Amino acid sequence: MKRALFSLFALVLFFSGNVQLWAQAPAWQQIPVPKLPAFHPPQPKRVELPNGMVVFLQEDHELPTIDGTARIRGGGRSVPANKTGLTDIYGEVWRTGGTKTQTGDQLDDYLEQRAAKVETGGGVDSTSVSWSCLKEDFDDVFRVFEDLLKNPEFRADKIDIAQKGMYDGISRRNDDPGQIAGREAAKLVYGANNPYARVAEYATVAAITRQDLVEWHGKYVHPNNIILGVVGDFDSAKMEARLREAFASWPRGPKDQAANDSEFKPDPAKPGYFQVDKTDVNQSNIQMVALGITRKNPDYFAASVFNEAFGGGFSSRLFNDIRTTKGLAYGVGGGIGASWDHPGMLRLMVSTKSKTTIESIRAIDEEIADLATRPINDEEIKRAKDAILNSFVFRFDSPEKVLQEKMAYEFYGYPLDFLEKFQEGIEGVTKEDVARVAAKYIHREQMAVLVVGNVNEFDKPLSSLGTVNKLDIAIPAPPPGLVPEQGEHP
Amino acid sequence: MKVRLTSIQTIVACFVLCSLGLGQDLASFEKRTTVKKLANGLTIIICERPEAPVFSFFTHVDAGSVQDPMGKTGLAHMFEHMAFKGTDTIGTRDYAGEKVALAKVEEAYAAYIAERDKPVDRDEQKLKQLEQSWKDAIAAADKFSAPYNNEFGKIVEGEGGEGMNAETSYDETEYFYSFPINRLELWAYLESERFLHPVLRQFYKERNVVIEERRMRVDSNPIGRLLEQFTEEAFAAHPYHRPTIGWISDLNSFSAADAQNFFDKYYVPSNMVVAVVGDLKASEAMPIVEKYFSRIPTRPKPDTATTTEPAQNSERTVVLHQQSQPLYLEGYHRPDYRSPDDQVYDAIADLMSNGRTSRLYRALVRDKQIASDAAGFTGLPGNKYPHLFAFYAFPIPGHKPQEMADAIHAEIERLKKEDISDEELKMIKTRAKANLIRSLGSNEGLASELGLYQARYDDWRELFRSVDRIEKVTKADIRRVANQTFVPDNRTVGIIEFAPPPPGEHPELVTPPQGGGQ
Repeated sequence: MKRALFSLFALVLFFSGNVQLWAQAPAWQQIPVPKLPAFHPPQPKRVELPNGMVVFLQEDHELPTIDGTARIRGGGRSVPANKTGLTDIYGEVWRTGGTKTQTGDQLDDYLEQRAAKVETGGGVDSTSVSWSCLKEDFDDVFRVFEDLLKNPEFRADKIDIAQKGMYDGISRRNDDPGQIAGREAAKLVYGANNPYARVAEYATVAAITRQDLVEWHGKYVHPNNIILGVVGDFDSAKMEARLREAFASWPRGPKDQAANDSEFKPDPAKPGYFQVDKTDVNQSNIQMVALGITRKNPDYFAASVFNEAFGGGFSSRLFNDIRTTKGLAYGVGGGIGASWDHPGMLRLMVSTKSKTTIESIRAIDEEIADLATRPINDEEIKRAKDAILNSFVFRFDSPEKVLQEKMAYEFYGYPLDFLEKFQEGIEGVTKEDVARVAAKYIHREQMAVLVVGNVNEFDKPLSSLGTVNKLDIAIPAPPPGLVPEQGEHP
Repeated sequence: MKVRLTSIQTIVACFVLCSLGLGQDLASFEKRTTVKKLANGLTIIICERPEAPVFSFFTHVDAGSVQDPMGKTGLAHMFEHMAFKGTDTIGTRDYAGEKVALAKVEEAYAAYIAERDKPVDRDEQKLKQLEQSWKDAIAAADKFSAPYNNEFGKIVEGEGGEGMNAETSYDETEYFYSFPINRLELWAYLESERFLHPVLRQFYKERNVVIEERRMRVDSNPIGRLLEQFTEEAFAAHPYHRPTIGWISDLNSFSAADAQNFFDKYYVPSNMVVAVVGDLKASEAMPIVEKYFSRIPTRPKPDTATTTEPAQNSERTVVLHQQSQPLYLEGYHRPDYRSPDDQVYDAIADLMSNGRTSRLYRALVRDKQIASDAAGFTGLPGNKYPHLFAFYAFPIPGHKPQEMADAIHAEIERLKKEDISDEELKMIKTRAKANLIRSLGSNEGLASELGLYQARYDDWRELFRSVDRIEKVTKADIRRVANQTFVPDNRTVGIIEFAPPPPGEHPELVTPPQGGGQ
């Protein structure tokens, strides 16, 4: 290979002699793409126990492991505001606090000797216990799982550790600008006190007691409130028998404890500009937000195609215009967010250097305005649909993914064939659908525009665009005596 | 706890070799794994995993930011971005015309830089003109490519590509995505074409994108800032002291021609391993892959000799006074991944850090209750060359970095003076086995691991064989290595101390550590 003597011309020399002209279709289009072989992924077996527990069994014999997850209805959104953080503490201490007969530390030793895990967690709409083990250790590990479900102890020393961890998280929550932007944007969309946006404070965490955890467990952890999924190297009939033996005699609990939990009362901020001044950064995190939709919304399919074309991957308008053409950002994208049982967030975001902050907001404004004058065209629609449909197989290319999909449908009350419906839905989306959805949901004047950045370095004041609301993100001080005194600071 | 661990290690962006293994699975992989070294020197690995009609690949290039030339830090990573810009047939309206226009961009840029960097007698008027000429040349070149922006990525996405991305570390660069299996030949074409006819178009706009990446990961992130300062301090001679993302002045200086030179030198077939895993048969797939990848011309293997980091012989410390909460980090020099003690370091990392039975969790989080998270890990900032074994702890409100240091050192002393227990040693070995088994269940994971091991050891089987080595680790090994490594003169310390913002800079927005002196 000849090398140029002067690097300046290397580019030219390297390619001379390699130039190929393609008269017809580009070379890549001439490569045959055979039909994808028919693929029917294994479907989990669904069993409903007499006490209402729903079980999915998914055999997967590739590796000698067995994993399971119990998802329990009821989560952070059902917690009273003055105890915000309860499901976080519960989700940790459920496991670390041990069972009636074994401390959490004893469980740690017992499980780690088997390289196994049993873990608990708390989320916004549910809590969970899961296990993961080698097949040969299943009986040992499943016993711990069952014991934790039925007989947790929530020992006080572990509540203390969990609370200290939460205090630490609270103290650090303004260190990273991306984290600030995500948190404050949710507050703007749902309202600062809304269960989907509110955050734990020193006082709300300090208010959480062992009694709260015990009561939470008593209220929600009943078989008729649980969906259990098991995947791995087992025989379904035998596993079913084992699960029946473990759970059949567990009495049904009161009905529908979490039935109203998804009731949604957003209290969104008024549209406009919101600013957080952070003096130790040189990049602005910009988020333009409003309420999104649910996946039950008939517009979900058209919104998915719109998102792909407007703010998805390499092919999207935001990526091509703001990143590639203008070089304004590394991170840019967004779309109409869709959640399972409550409206998601419509969010367009861009991170750009301080001195192109206003320029970047204007650039996004332009993209939004363009949607009316230069609607997403046939080529963009085709590419977006192709991207979704041709990669569709990756939604079910492992037994575990199939199991997780089915568990989600069961949990949120979607038809178990929702995935097939999704595929049909995407196939049916037209250019008109996408234009209609864009016009219906993307309203610039209804968005809250949040900027977390170094205000003194902006290209222009944010106020050049409109009235600015300065957000106070100072962390409320802890109740006296809650955290130990620290010595003097430098 | 998990979250923290992940975040610091993600920012470090280190490639920690998974040195865990399991002998009995090797037989099964022997049957379904095929390696072929092509005549041009490129290595192909195909692993059959017929679970679903899809496949994943990793293209592993044995060049990372360690190979960045002096004054051009960030170049390896910059080229990685350029590898998504298309070829002479993908991403252009007319390559013949574009080629000439791109050469003019380079010419104009060189003239601009020459004037800009004049030590004396810089002509500001002329500089402005030269900058304008450069920008005009860019605009002219963009006319050829603008309608086809990101064409390469668009093709991959439209054809159903999943998870398309690339990573540059200190040690290597990797390109990856997954496709439905009916696109195998299309993939072989696209991936080979990308390294056969790359065109470094839109270079200077992409450079701005990369600078934004630096602002996000380093400049505007307290842990990113600490790691950059810390690594710079820990390595005096070896290129590990320079950031993968690049210093800002280098990012504002290097050219597309520099990136092309980097490509020419390091993206040679003998420096590349392509691992493909999924629903394919080697007998059918290998000829297709070979057909396309063997088109890449043979070039000489680059000289990759680097300075060996000399013994440290002095404790070093960096303290960052920042408007963020405190953090403690320390690192000790250790030999590279080929060291016979590599698995001993892995065992120490596992013992100190893995889960709630780990020594640091139990000492700092559970018993002393001074930290929210504490761990030790190896592979900072890479592991191909002698590097660091590091410890860190996040103090909870009211506690100071020095308390973290004292508590970590107490645990290190224990490691030096007392044998670990039989149960602990057994736990480490059992976990190593289980972790390996769990890593074998995905096309992406396998492609990444097989490619890495093949590149590093010239034999993917090392992934499995290393189980024998971890099986052989003894209590005496752990004491010996701890005594050798964890000594003050071999230590670099990095600390974030909270500092209030300068007066007049919105002090209401920054909260001091709670309970502190208010």
